[in-house]
Amino acid sequence: MGIEARNVVKRFGSFTAVDDVSLNVTSGNLTALLGPSGGGKSTLLRIIAGLESPDGGRILIDGVDSTGLPPQRRGVGFVFQHYAAFKHLSVYRNVAFGLEIRRRPKAEIRKRVHELLELVHLEQFADRLPSQLSGGQRQRMALARALAVEPKVLLLDEPFGALDAKVRKELRDWLRRLHDEVHVTTLFVTHDQEEALEVSDELVVINNGRIEQIGSPNDLYDKPANEFVMGFLGPVTQLGGRLVRPHDIEVLLTAEPGTIEATVQRVQRVGFEVRVDFATPASAAVTTVQLTRGQADSLGIRDGLRIWLRAAPNASTIVAAPSLAKTL
Amino acid sequence: MADAGADAAVKHPRRQRRLGLEPSRPTRYGLRFVALLYVGLLVLLPLGTVLWRTFENGVGPVWEAINQPDVWHAFRLTALVAILSVIINTIFGVGMALLLVRTRFPGRQALDFLLDLPLSVSPIVVGLALILVYGKNGWFGGALGDAGIQVIFATPGMVLATVFVSLPLVLREVMPVLREVGIEQEQAAQSLGASALQRFRRITLPTIKWAVAYGLVLSLARSLGEFGAVKVVSGNLLNRTQTATLVVEQKYQDFEQPAAYAIAFVLVFVAIIAIVIISIIRPKEDR
Amino acid sequence: MTEPGHSILSADDAPAALGQPGSSAGRGDDRRDTRPLGAGTGLGLGIGVLWLSLVVLLPLAAIVVASTDDGWSGFYDTVTGDAVAAALKLSIGMSLFVAFVNAIMGTLVAWVLVRDPFPGRRVLEVIIDVPFALPTIVAGLVLITLYGPMTPIGLELVGTRKAIFVALLFVTLPFVVRTVQPVLMELDREVEEAAASLGASRFTIFRRIVLPNLAPAIASGAGLCFARAVGEYGSVVLIAGNIPFQTEIASVRILTQIENDQTAAAAATATVLLAVGLLVIIALDLGRRLVGRRG
Repeated sequence: MGIEARNVVKRFGSFTAVDDVSLNVTSGNLTALLGPSGGGKSTLLRIIAGLESPDGGRILIDGVDSTGLPPQRRGVGFVFQHYAAFKHLSVYRNVAFGLEIRRRPKAEIRKRVHELLELVHLEQFADRLPSQLSGGQRQRMALARALAVEPKVLLLDEPFGALDAKVRKELRDWLRRLHDEVHVTTLFVTHDQEEALEVSDELVVINNGRIEQIGSPNDLYDKPANEFVMGFLGPVTQLGGRLVRPHDIEVLLTAEPGTIEATVQRVQRVGFEVRVDFATPASAAVTTVQLTRGQADSLGIRDGLRIWLRAAPNASTIVAAPSLAKTL
Repeated sequence: MADAGADAAVKHPRRQRRLGLEPSRPTRYGLRFVALLYVGLLVLLPLGTVLWRTFENGVGPVWEAINQPDVWHAFRLTALVAILSVIINTIFGVGMALLLVRTRFPGRQALDFLLDLPLSVSPIVVGLALILVYGKNGWFGGALGDAGIQVIFATPGMVLATVFVSLPLVLREVMPVLREVGIEQEQAAQSLGASALQRFRRITLPTIKWAVAYGLVLSLARSLGEFGAVKVVSGNLLNRTQTATLVVEQKYQDFEQPAAYAIAFVLVFVAIIAIVIISIIRPKEDR
Repeated sequence: MTEPGHSILSADDAPAALGQPGSSAGRGDDRRDTRPLGAGTGLGLGIGVLWLSLVVLLPLAAIVVASTDDGWSGFYDTVTGDAVAAALKLSIGMSLFVAFVNAIMGTLVAWVLVRDPFPGRRVLEVIIDVPFALPTIVAGLVLITLYGPMTPIGLELVGTRKAIFVALLFVTLPFVVRTVQPVLMELDREVEEAAASLGASRFTIFRRIVLPNLAPAIASGAGLCFARAVGEYGSVVLIAGNIPFQTEIASVRILTQIENDQTAAAAATATVLLAVGLLVIIALDLGRRLVGRRG
């Protein structure tokens, strides 16, 4: 059940956008497809929706092989980054569109649309045109429109990508709550790791057309399978030839077993946190450590201070590949 | 002050004035004067003269000149030819615009290029071209004649000629709009269950309707006024294949100036209505 | 205007956006916004191309074919024959001149329409379109009323080349204005402000910033002007006098040949006109693509 992709391949000329991807989206889950731009995640989503045809592989939606089905017969709701609002129709008519196509009775349409508009907090805007709405409102309308036809799965393509940071954050929380209410199997594409970590039940990291890792947000953050996943999900620095998160490094004033000697090179205060760059005599690379203001003050961090570093006991670390170590 | 300026700039981006940049006042007035003088001398003065000549002796003679059987026949024929041509070009234009913007096939660029061809062909050459294919001795003329279909020196030929000269007008208005709106609204409708026909009727058509209207008025104006090509293919037969523009020429050459002016006035009137409609539609399209 | 972020190109994995091979040159989102032909669209395309062929392509081909009905020497003799050569030379030369004048005047008018918000600008906008909408024969009648034997301003031009010049200026007036105007509207004023802040004078800004940006539009408008003028008939025929070697333009010559049943000669002359027009639109098309690639 849910969505299943089997060995999906998609090429554009000689460029392989999706490279033999297999994926199982659990029914009822909110799953994020996370990856950098050009990584193939949007193409995969569009293949699932039927908006793009794969060069190989199969798509199953709720157990039904949908590979050859046109989009209108797949029972998917699709939400576009730029809303794809029907500009000539009112908010009400936009949401009613799929129901009108299905020739549902007028009264039923009215009831359902009003329920949905309430759900997305747009009841008072029913008669407006999309051009009279803000970006966030338009995207909520698009979501209501997709939900109106009770799709088997909901697909969102960078749904908040065109919105400014504050609205993004609000809509993100709202989507999470909406999903907790509606429970439709949802797959959404994003390149924003914070968004993915915050909203999703399950995360699929895609890069260069291949899946790098699948798991819960915590799993992926704490036990990244490789450098790419680690680097993509959060800040990374290196310490003694290993990659580690900047907040997973302990700073000590005295040498202890397993510590590495370092000198404070640069101190940067950003709000309540303090980022400190250390030079280590053992390697050419700089180690960045993230401290709270309190920690920094109690350690007396200042330029030129000699200090000892080690990874925190529970920190996940990865052996740095030579190429990556150089860039960090 | 600065804030108010910025606000105005947001509301009327085209009207913003940036004092440091605009030419000095004398330059601006000078340019405005030259532009108005040029357009005035070239267009307004001749147009005014015609109106004055037309109504020199009041409205009565004008009506008399128009209210002749041959003139009415010409108007009816003109309307018939123009309406048929506009219908054909609108269907062709919308269909071809959809194909060129929404599908890909080998030779698409070449086809796109060929569709501009009719606008740069002399109307006389258009007429000659049609005679060479559909005339009595033309490529298809013999076969059509055997089937009892006369194209040249008859209405079908005049429609063909008019279709030719205004062929891309609807198409060229619709294509940029289709390209600009992109395909996402149609795809959204598709994912909501709409069939191809439903998508066209409910999404595409409302999106392009102003562009179609604009192209339609342009074609109509062009079709009503076509002269050279129709003159060649129609044979210019009085009361049979003579359109309004042909009557204007004939009356003028037959020294029936008042009649020529009266009919010309009707055509001018229609043309001006057309451009007023166009200037009303245009801002809507900009939005 | 378009809304912010309306671009169809999503930030994600459109190969064209990455300049990946496989994306066709030109429009970046071509792959995503188009699909291959299906059964229905294929049929539609077939009908469309057939119709285009019947109305436009076959008839034009027939002209080229008929132009050599009297052999290649017949073609050569026709187009180098005195009257035909004179008519072609007059049409082409006069059209070049007209395109040049309207390139300048059209740009000026467009500039006034966009950058000089004076009362009555809307009226000027409408007047600019009059030559588009006016039937050519009516344009001819309009001009002969002013410059004909009964000229109210004492300026009789009938039977002179000046008359042809004025008629062609009239019918081609809107082309440059209407191609330059939208480009001028979209021009980013900040670039001009940047130039001003760097110390450029108003004239320097116009010459070095505005004009280069308008140049493609001006060229394209002038090209349209020329293509229209070189085949023009209706507006010229009444006023030109049509005297061979003096005021007989190419299209009038062709019509005479048609009426005299000199079909091959008419086709030969028409072929030259067609070739000239084709050259211009090919040049315009290439120019547009070059500019498109740069932008």
